[in-house]
Amino acid sequence: MIVETGHFALILALCVALVQAVIPLVGAQKGWSGWMAVATPAALAQFLLIATAFAALTYAFVTSDFSLKLVYENSHTDKPMLYKVTGVWGNHEGSMLLWVLILAMFGAAAAAFGGALPERLRARVLAVQGTIGLAFLVFVLFTSNPFLRLEDAPFNGRDMNPLLQDPGLAFHPPFLYLGYVGLSMAFSFAVAALIEGRVDAAWARWVRPWTLAAWIFLTIGIALGSWWAYYELGWGGFWFWDPVENASLMPWLLAAALLHSAIVVEKREALKSWTILLAIMAFGFSLIGTFLVRSGVISSVHSFANDPERGVFILLILAFFTGGALTLYAARASDMQAKGLFAMVSRESALVVNNVLLAVAALVVFTGTVWPLIAELFWDRKLSVGAPFFEKAFTPFMIGLALLLPLGSMMPWKRASLGKLVRPLVPALVLTLAVLALVWTLATGRPMLALGAAGLGAWIVFGALAELWQRAGRRPGRILRLPRADWGKAFAHGGLGIVFAGVGLLMAGQIEDIRVAKAGDSFDVGGYTITLVSVDDLPGPNFTAKTATMEVRQGDKLVATLHPEKRIYPVQAMPTTEADIDNGFWRDVYLVIGDPQEGGGWAVRTYIKPFANWIWAGCLLMAFGGGLSLTDRRYRSAAGARRAVPDTAVAAE
Amino acid sequence: MLKRLALLLLLATPVHAVQPDEVLSDPGLESRARQISQVLRCPVCQGENIDESNAGVSRDLRLAVRERLVAGDTDAQVIDYIKDRFGEYVLFEPEHSGANLILYWIGPAVLVVALGGIFLWLRGRRRDEDLAPVLSAEEEARLKDLLKD
Repeated sequence: MIVETGHFALILALCVALVQAVIPLVGAQKGWSGWMAVATPAALAQFLLIATAFAALTYAFVTSDFSLKLVYENSHTDKPMLYKVTGVWGNHEGSMLLWVLILAMFGAAAAAFGGALPERLRARVLAVQGTIGLAFLVFVLFTSNPFLRLEDAPFNGRDMNPLLQDPGLAFHPPFLYLGYVGLSMAFSFAVAALIEGRVDAAWARWVRPWTLAAWIFLTIGIALGSWWAYYELGWGGFWFWDPVENASLMPWLLAAALLHSAIVVEKREALKSWTILLAIMAFGFSLIGTFLVRSGVISSVHSFANDPERGVFILLILAFFTGGALTLYAARASDMQAKGLFAMVSRESALVVNNVLLAVAALVVFTGTVWPLIAELFWDRKLSVGAPFFEKAFTPFMIGLALLLPLGSMMPWKRASLGKLVRPLVPALVLTLAVLALVWTLATGRPMLALGAAGLGAWIVFGALAELWQRAGRRPGRILRLPRADWGKAFAHGGLGIVFAGVGLLMAGQIEDIRVAKAGDSFDVGGYTITLVSVDDLPGPNFTAKTATMEVRQGDKLVATLHPEKRIYPVQAMPTTEADIDNGFWRDVYLVIGDPQEGGGWAVRTYIKPFANWIWAGCLLMAFGGGLSLTDRRYRSAAGARRAVPDTAVAAE
Repeated sequence: MLKRLALLLLLATPVHAVQPDEVLSDPGLESRARQISQVLRCPVCQGENIDESNAGVSRDLRLAVRERLVAGDTDAQVIDYIKDRFGEYVLFEPEHSGANLILYWIGPAVLVVALGGIFLWLRGRRRDEDLAPVLSAEEEARLKDLLKD
């Protein structure tokens, strides 16, 4: 009964979405207030209805209702409760329901907090949002309905893929979807602005927080996925350049570009039509990502794929929204009159270069991702594009970005002089050189890569510090009183620098050791002595495990005792490796226990991974910086325009 | 990410790539073997290189790579050896030839065109700006800034 209620709520949501897509749009065109006013309650109702459906599906998973096909295929009574809940989105149908839930949530948020928006703009934004919801609800109900029953309910389910039964991956999809779908707000605002034919600073001020929020979620989602791959796949890789990962990287790059170009619109009323185009493309790439993940068109194997019908449907949605928006753009872009003029050397130009680099980097990732398809289609060449290509083709753009970032971010608006710009950056330059000298003396493995990564990372981090110092007028007391936007920018940029340094130093200096060890054996890897103490059989809730006890010593000092595991999940008949990691600031010691060997002993892998945690710490810093920026005074005052709460923020200078 | 999951599902064998018995005693050769293995794609499991992959054919390929290295081949010769047998598909870095050049040059080309176009646009516009009543534009912007913050 509860499940049927959910099913019914989802169908109702479809009807509401139809209303939300049509009525406010007509109202805005004709100037009928009553029709426009429909948008707000419709958006809220749509969210409540989809939330009801989602709750019903969650209920079915939690109570292990195996009469529901989806639950039968993806759950099991022995599965821990956490994974029964996260199992809701650990499959195609459920994750699409989460997708539309988040979509409706953003719509409802815009309806609830959009009080300060002009009536017409709000009606149009919500109508566009409703149209996207409509398309995806049709998709869910007609091709991926999660509420289908089985004729006879089986006694137990087939369990979820064991690799998904992990906290890192359990929360990876929600964050990723919050990011993907959050970009739909930027898209809706862009399309609404195109319909209105007007873009101004106020518009940019509305779009930026949504884009920023989406970008923050996307950053966290990507970091979670990468962290999961690092500890779960058993050899510490953190990025594989496979189509599914690229699908999340492309919108991230474009969202980053959009954030920066929206600043120019907000502050200087320039780059308007480019910003609109970026907003359309950023969401377009989110849709492309959805398409790539779920259509199976790219010859990558992943669990959601292999249904051409769904693929065609998403392709139609993609074509309709990006095609429609781009057509509208072609017709209306010339109406966007730029006001602010700027010189060749100026903050505006620097942000243009930032946008070009990010957009071209996204283009390279896109081309590489779809190239196997294109090559087969047009030249009948079966080929692969993988990590070695992307590392070569993508990295130069990131290097360019890193080199220019501290310079560009300190430039004044309108017109800058390079001479004046360099002076405050001299300390940053000196410190960067010091870091380079240090790395030069310490680097092992691939020293050039280590030097490059550490140098670029240090340059960005020290550049961000120099900028804070400069903004504070070189007075320490004022640094803490800088607006949060300044701090947010410093954290986000610094975080990027730390990611660059972490990625480069990890790749340059990682040590690997593969050997057979018997219980009691000791061996040396990269300055550590590893001892395999024992391997024991331990039962888990829905798996059995061989658990090793291993000691890591440095000299005589015991650094850590680790327990890497090999698990077997009987229901899915699938083994997994659970590496155990001693996390450290400078390095991770990463131990994996493998198969028993003929003649006794176990295959044991040891990795020393320098600076590995810097990658995820940097991502978190970026997200934190975004969050700081989001809570800056001017957004709080804009978002809370209705609440006449006195502003408690620390005054900007 | 999810691709990897399915992969592992398909193979249903442990995630263990290079086995201890494969490792060459010469660390120099072994490290070259590892690097070569990372640019070769496992022919049956699609998304993985032979270094990470667990399929039987990947193991055969890893051993073949090591055999060729021990026989004295250069890295390029080893890669060609594998490519001749399995086709371009096994190269994770496609050949720099024919239509693939589009793949390699689209990024740099678009970058140059975009930066060049922007340069010309800004230079052209600066002349307009010199003619335009600069002060009033500045005043207007200043006024906007004041009103905003």
